[in-house]
Amino acid sequence: MATATLPDACKPLTREQIAARLARDIPEGWYVNLGIGAPLKVADYLPAEREVIFHSENGILGMGPVPAPAAINPWLINAGKQYVTLRGGGSYMHAADSFALIRGGHLDLCVLGAFQVAENGDVANWSISDNDSAPAVGGAMDLAAGARQLWVLMEHQTKSGDSRLVRRCSYPLTALGVVKRVYTNLAVLDVTDDGFVVRDIVPGLTLEALQSVTDAPLRMAIM
Amino acid sequence: MINKIVQSMAEALAGIRDGSVVLLGGFGSVGQPNALIEALIEQGAKDLTVVSNNAGTGRSGLARLLELGRVRKIVCSYPRSAGSVVFEEVYRAGKIELEIVPQGTMSERMRAAGAGIPAFYTATAVGTKLATGKEEREIGGRKYLLEEALHGDVALIEAWEADRWGNLTYRSSARNFNPVMAMAAELTVAQAQHIVELGALDPEKIATPGIYVGRVVHVAYGEPAVT
Repeated sequence: MATATLPDACKPLTREQIAARLARDIPEGWYVNLGIGAPLKVADYLPAEREVIFHSENGILGMGPVPAPAAINPWLINAGKQYVTLRGGGSYMHAADSFALIRGGHLDLCVLGAFQVAENGDVANWSISDNDSAPAVGGAMDLAAGARQLWVLMEHQTKSGDSRLVRRCSYPLTALGVVKRVYTNLAVLDVTDDGFVVRDIVPGLTLEALQSVTDAPLRMAIM
Repeated sequence: MINKIVQSMAEALAGIRDGSVVLLGGFGSVGQPNALIEALIEQGAKDLTVVSNNAGTGRSGLARLLELGRVRKIVCSYPRSAGSVVFEEVYRAGKIELEIVPQGTMSERMRAAGAGIPAFYTATAVGTKLATGKEEREIGGRKYLLEEALHGDVALIEAWEADRWGNLTYRSSARNFNPVMAMAAELTVAQAQHIVELGALDPEKIATPGIYVGRVVHVAYGEPAVT
């Protein structure tokens, strides 16, 4: 297991910084679903002048950022049950229509949190063992199978220091071979036919040091 | 004259039998038919199968129904959430059967039930442990699972406005599972914040046409509590 410690000079990104980093990479005009947890923060980091249309599985297309406390609409929550807003041009739909647009391949991108991503694009994000007390899948399997592209936003390592980027997932799978890119607190990586390729790395961290905390083999992108 | 408005909770839930499959609308605390769930607790039906996206929070509503041992089986996508203490207790104690269904598969299984489609193929969950025991078939080079329609005996839902024909509108994300469950059940009972005259609802805004609704009861509780 890769459980080495990071060099002192390295400044891992906060969850907010990862979300902001990811928001910058979403092309204008894309329809994007944000999964529960850290991915929901992405909506807060999209500059107001950008037009990226966020979808929330509970039936919102055109979801905006979190409202000021005085502006809360108590009927308007996102998939993570947080209060959100609707942008001009936004719309509501029922659960079957919401998942029809997911399953039907209409979303350009879905961003999910995960426990593990494997070098073959497998993702595990809903259950941490085969004897989970009460597993909770929500819409993760529908999103992972249905969106045209899946990006994962997660910490590079678990709290105990184990790598979340692995050769093969040890946790129960959410979907097979679907992850295209991973944003962590240490790096941005593409999932290719030849495994993980590092596109970006936080200042103060070398590829060697990143590899020392990553189970799966890494290669540097040729830019 | 058609009048689906009933005057009491007892009338609204009359005839719900032990062993029924009960569909409960709502996503989180929004669009949840709380008054009807409390009335179902009073009504007394037991040995129920409940279909609900979540498994209740706190000690009231669905959580209370679970705590009273009235639910034999729950079908849901996301039972584990903040405050789902009662579900965790009864599940750990082996007092309830749990069927985990991906959220989109769950909603489509109910839509299919309402639309007269006995089963459909979906790529969701292929290759995962939720595919266990399901027919897998390759169509056009991709693998799919066969999922069967999910019918309810009763659907309990929440709406914003209703008229005496049972036409319904919803507020914002409170729409969620409510229109789908209304289609999928033998009897749909809606609690509505506002009862309006027939013809007063803008036909362009009716999200559930009255054909899917059996009974409507007026419950004007105002806005959900902001937490």
